[in-house]
Amino acid sequence: MESNFGGIVESKSKRIEESVAGNGLLHRRVFLTQAGSIFGVGTMGMLGSETTNAQNMQGRPAWMQSPGKGVGAYGTRARFEDHVQRTAGSAPGTTGAGASRTPLQHLEGIITPNSLHFERHHSGIPEIDPNEHRFLIHGLVDRPLIFDMDMLSRYPMISKIHFIECSGNSRVSGLIDEPVDQDCGVLHGLVSCSEWTGIPLSILLDEAGVDPSARWILAEGSDSAAMSRSVPMAKAMDDAIIAIYQNGERLRPDNGYPMRLFLPGFEGNTSVKWLRRIKVTAEPTMTKDETSKYTDLLDDGTSLMFTYPMAVKSVITSPSPGLDLNGAGIYEISGIAWSGGGHISKVEVSADGGLTWGEAALSEPVLDRSLTRFRMAWRWNGAPAVIMSRAIDNTGAIQPTRDSIIAEKGMKFAYHYNGIQSWAIDAEGRAVNTYV
Amino acid sequence: MYKQVLASLMVFYICIFQVFAQEGPNLGVEATVEEVEAWDISIGPDGVGLPEGSGTVLEGADIYAIKCLACHSEQGQGQINDRLAGGHGTLSGPAPIKTVGSYWPYATTVFDYIRRAMPYLQPQSLTNDEVYAVTAYILFLNGIVNEDQTMNSQTLPGIQMPNREGFRLAYP
Ligand code: HEC
Repeated sequence: MESNFGGIVESKSKRIEESVAGNGLLHRRVFLTQAGSIFGVGTMGMLGSETTNAQNMQGRPAWMQSPGKGVGAYGTRARFEDHVQRTAGSAPGTTGAGASRTPLQHLEGIITPNSLHFERHHSGIPEIDPNEHRFLIHGLVDRPLIFDMDMLSRYPMISKIHFIECSGNSRVSGLIDEPVDQDCGVLHGLVSCSEWTGIPLSILLDEAGVDPSARWILAEGSDSAAMSRSVPMAKAMDDAIIAIYQNGERLRPDNGYPMRLFLPGFEGNTSVKWLRRIKVTAEPTMTKDETSKYTDLLDDGTSLMFTYPMAVKSVITSPSPGLDLNGAGIYEISGIAWSGGGHISKVEVSADGGLTWGEAALSEPVLDRSLTRFRMAWRWNGAPAVIMSRAIDNTGAIQPTRDSIIAEKGMKFAYHYNGIQSWAIDAEGRAVNTYV
Repeated sequence: MYKQVLASLMVFYICIFQVFAQEGPNLGVEATVEEVEAWDISIGPDGVGLPEGSGTVLEGADIYAIKCLACHSEQGQGQINDRLAGGHGTLSGPAPIKTVGSYWPYATTVFDYIRRAMPYLQPQSLTNDEVYAVTAYILFLNGIVNEDQTMNSQTLPGIQMPNREGFRLAYP
């Protein structure tokens, strides 16, 4: 039964379908009142195979007929989930000057498993012995200080849930002439979200004694490119963390083991991994990765430099390319939203290519500079549709359309693209990247 | 007695202060001048930090042929990795070509980056003289210095890069 825009329709099964926007977007009460029974035709993703269903019918599936595997020292995921992988690529002739992208479409909630956190390295992942690692703070300070990991483990720590996003994320989703036919992870998977635990950098800088003339720091990694970036002193003193743990375990090598800088809301490249040195300076150092790279070339040929904060963005992760709809019926649209400017205050979803919008529900927790999960109920009528989401943060910043970004900044820049993502769904239920 | 009270009050105040200012346990070991010098490889746009030594375009051409050409191609034209030369005047057009010569605002960055990260497979293997030389050669390929020019800590910071004025600061 179809619900009309603006109306309330009671279906045969006494399901209350309140339309909140065009082309079948529904108030989520539809889920709350009819939990479980509403997925008449099937949910997105995989249903059990026929054999499995048959075994379940008999009540004695194979795995109930003998004791399972024993307890173990280190966990692994179900082998049926092995297809959930990052998508990796590197500069020609290299394996470690590249990126791997989080398969966002296969994840739920807001926390990214450490094994699937995106990577972006400029010269591979160093294997650092934590016992030999040293961290130096010097430059415009009263006392240059060297720390080892033992010393750092005795400092007071804080834990924060934050996203980190490469500023090159989503470029291929919108800054190419024709829509690139790839999945959500490939298009937007240079963002991940974790609980980061470590030492407020301000504590260590205070111990070194920062000179009043200092306005910047230079952070340098211990990778073979000694990757380095300048960061405003204000940020370093405000909320920068020397992160040592990620989601409860020590950082993984691909995320900076044994320690990294973490700058909430700033473009990922500035959160220097494998941190070995901070130099306190009066001026920015103008490293290769803040001049040649990570600057935004505009139409007139000039470039923006030090474009640190990541803008407000969202994307529907389900349905999305590869997660086909299985026949007309009710589905939950699920996605993620985030902003380097604060927390997400609202996400709106459209199922008619942007003509009408309905407000999605935000799943708790809704945190400052964290991924936020949003959900929306949708009755798909089986006809081609274009679905999209747009996020708004607590500063009032609204995720812009692709057209408005291109009108303002052109198409020559490569970083900080945050245009609205549209997925076109065809009559077979297949979703593809599209421009509206 | 009075002194004891004062002392305990001071302890109290120090504790309060620590709670609010989140003072650390002060475990860092003071680094010596030599240690800092050995670690500090970054060079500011004013040239501060540039080491002694020098290199010429011709010396740089030889080093480039042996240590860089395989990945950056003849004359820095790129393939398989980043293009290092050319592209002048393309930034405002529809197909911008960003190279050291067309895009980079500071010549000091060329030295800093090559010394820390190149050649890709043997980073920090070049001597300072070699880094000056290959920097000179890349600047020469871009028409920024003449064939007979020498790069050192005095000459390099004075190089005016073509796109020096091409950047606008989003921060501060
Ligand atoms: C094995 C291949 C390889 C060799 C040899 C090599 N490079 Fe590179 N070069 C790279 C890669 C890969 C990058 C990009 C690194 C990154 O992603 O940060 C790069 C980047 C650069 C850049 C920065 C380009 C830009 O526009 O940002 C410069 C400059 C450079 N190399 C100079 C040199 C010099 C000089 C040598 C010889 C001393 C050299 N390279 C040898 C692979 C190589």
